Amino acid sequence: MTDASTATSESGDSAARRAPRDLPPWPVAVLAAVGVVLFALPVVGLAARTPWTGLWTHLSSRFVVDAAVLSVVSSVAAAAFAAAVGVPLAWVLARVQFRGRSVVRALVTLPMVLPPVVGGAALLFALGRRGVVGGPLHDATGLLLPYSIWGVILANAFVATPLVILTVEGALRNLDRRYEAAAATLGASRLRTLWKVTLPMIGPALGVAVVVAWARALGEFGATVTFAGNLGGRTQTLPLAVFVALESDRDAAVAISLVLVALSLGLLIALRDRWWPSR
Amino acid sequence: MSFDDTGAAVSGLQADIRLRRGEFELDVSLSVEAGETAALLGPNGAGKSTIVAAIAGLLPLDGGVVRLAGRVLDEPAASVFVPPERRRIGVVFQDQVLFRHLNSLDNVAFGLVAQGMRRAEARTQAQAWLDAMDLGDLGHRRPRALSGGQRQRVALARALACQPDLLLADEPLGSLDVTARNRLRRNLASHLSSGRNGGSSAAASSLPGNGEMPRLLITHDPADAFVLADRVHILEDGRLTQAGTPDELRRAPATSYAADLSGLNLVRGTAREGEITVTDDGDTPASGAGRRSVVVLHAADRSLFGPVLATIHPRAIALHRERPSGSPRNVWRTTAEAVEPLGDITRVLLGSPLPLTADITPGAAHELLIRPGTSLWVSVKATEVELAPDGRD
Repeated sequence: MTDASTATSESGDSAARRAPRDLPPWPVAVLAAVGVVLFALPVVGLAARTPWTGLWTHLSSRFVVDAAVLSVVSSVAAAAFAAAVGVPLAWVLARVQFRGRSVVRALVTLPMVLPPVVGGAALLFALGRRGVVGGPLHDATGLLLPYSIWGVILANAFVATPLVILTVEGALRNLDRRYEAAAATLGASRLRTLWKVTLPMIGPALGVAVVVAWARALGEFGATVTFAGNLGGRTQTLPLAVFVALESDRDAAVAISLVLVALSLGLLIALRDRWWPSR
Repeated sequence: MSFDDTGAAVSGLQADIRLRRGEFELDVSLSVEAGETAALLGPNGAGKSTIVAAIAGLLPLDGGVVRLAGRVLDEPAASVFVPPERRRIGVVFQDQVLFRHLNSLDNVAFGLVAQGMRRAEARTQAQAWLDAMDLGDLGHRRPRALSGGQRQRVALARALACQPDLLLADEPLGSLDVTARNRLRRNLASHLSSGRNGGSSAAASSLPGNGEMPRLLITHDPADAFVLADRVHILEDGRLTQAGTPDELRRAPATSYAADLSGLNLVRGTAREGEITVTDDGDTPASGAGRRSVVVLHAADRSLFGPVLATIHPRAIALHRERPSGSPRNVWRTTAEAVEPLGDITRVLLGSPLPLTADITPGAAHELLIRPGTSLWVSVKATEVELAPDGRD
C-alpha cells in the first residue's frame, strides 16, 4: 500500500486515486454485497412497516413499559453475573493447568451452541420445583426460581456468561505474562496484580465482553420463555412482548422491534469506535 | 564468598541454580557481593533469561539454592520457596514491560503503593526518581508516548524505587538503537557504579538509597558487560565457563566465545620449548600436512609443555605491505578477509594460514590501503604470544 501510494504521488496523479490492491476482485464484491443486503433488508422492512405517527403511544403503553423495565433490570443483572463469574472462570481456564480443563471449557461454553430452548428446559429440570436442585431448594427456603424475575436473570446469565468466558480467556492468553511477573517483583500480591494490572490491561476486551453479554441477555428469548415463562409484568421481557404482540397488536410489535434494533445497532457502532481498532 | 564470621550470608547474592527445562539443563553457581555490579554475559539460548526467572522467583529451582541478603529465597531440598512479591528483587525486564495503562509516574509508584505506602507519598518519591532520571516532566506520559531510552529509564526507576536487595537487569539496553544505547549505557553506568547516589544528577542524592545493593546485569553484548560490570560471568549452554574482571577476561579468555567477545585471538596448540604447533579443534596437528605455511608460533614463554591456549591481543598484531625486517619471530603472509571500522580502531580479519583478528588504527588501515582481499604481511612478537595451559579437552 505504501509503495502504491508513493508511486501515485510520484507519477503526479490525484492523491485520491485508490491503489488497485484496495479494490476487491468482482466475485468478492458480489458476494459481499449479497451479505450486506441480507442483513440490511430486515432493518429496511422493519422501518417501512413502522407506524411512525403512533410510535410513542405504542411504546408508552403499560404492556411495553413493564416489559422494558424487566428487560433492562434482568439483562443488566445477568451481565453483572456474567462478569462476576465469567472472569474468574476465564482466569482459571487460561492460567491453571488441570485435568479435564477442556471438558470444563466445553461445558461452560455449551450454552453458546445449544438451542436456547433446550438450555431453558435443562435449567427447569435442574432448578424447577421438581428439579434435582430446585426441589430441595424450595423445600428448604421456599425460593422458587422459575416464573420469577430470578428465573429471567438466571436464564439470561446462562446464555450470556459463555461470551464473557471465551472473550476474556482469549484476552488473558494474549496478555504477556511478564506484566504480571513485573508486578510480582514490585511486591504486588497476586490479588493486587489481578486487580491493578491484569484486569486493566485486558480492559478493552473485558468491556466488549460485558457489553456483548448484556446485548445477548437483552435479546434472550428461548431459555427465558422455557424456564421463566411469559407472565406479563413478571417474566415477560421485550423479546417475549414482541412475540406476543405479533399475534395481538402488530404495530406495537413493530415499535418494540424498532427500539431493540436501534439499541443494538447503536451499541455495535459505538463498540466499533471505542474498542475495535478501525483501520 | 560473602559469609561473615558466624557463617551467615551477608548482603550479597549467592545463587546455585540447577534447572532442567526439556532438553536444556542449567547448572550455574554465581555470587554477587554487596555493592558489586556483575554481568552475566552469554549468547542467545545460553540460559540467561532462565537465570533471571529463577533468581526473581518466577521459576522454581529443581536443585540448588538462592540466597540474598541473608535470606534463603529458594531451596528445594529444604522446601523453601519465597514468592517473587516477597523477594525484594528489582527487575528491569527486557523490553521494559512497563504497565501501559499507567503513566510513568504511576509506573514508578506502583511498587511503593504495593508495599503499603500511601499513594500521595508514593507519587512524591516516584517524582524524585523521575527527576533523577531526567524524566521529571514526563510523569504524565504513558509508556507508548515515550522513546525507547526514556522507557528504559522509567523501568530502571520503577525497579530501584522499591529499594530492592538486588537489582536484576535483563538486557536493559537490548531493544534500543545504537545512539540510545550509548547514551543510556552512560546513564546506567552512573546508576550502577556506586549505588543509586552515583548519578551526576543532584536529585539522586536526595533519594533513599542502598549503595551496597548488589547488581546483576544480564546481556549478550560484551560492551555492556565490560563497561558496566566490575565482574563478568560468561554463560555458555547452561554453564558458566569463566568469571573474572573485564580486564582478566580480555587478557585470558577461557573459551573462544569469551575471546571473541573481547576481540582477543585464541589459538589452540601444543607447546614445546616456546614453540606452539597450532591445532584446530578436532583437527590433527597440522605440521607436515602442508596445508599451512605457518603452523608454529613462537612464544617467549618456554615453560609450558603440552596443550596450551595461546592468546594474541588484536592490537599486538602488526600488518605490513612488504615483508618486515627486524626482530619479530612470527612473520607470515596472508590476505585480509574483512575490514571493519569500529570507532577508534579498525578491525581486520585475516585469512589463512591462521585466521586472526587484528586491531589497527584507522590511519594505519588507510595507509596500508587494506581492503578485503589485500595481500599483507603479518608480524607478531614472541613476547605478545601469551600462553596458558589448556585444561579443556
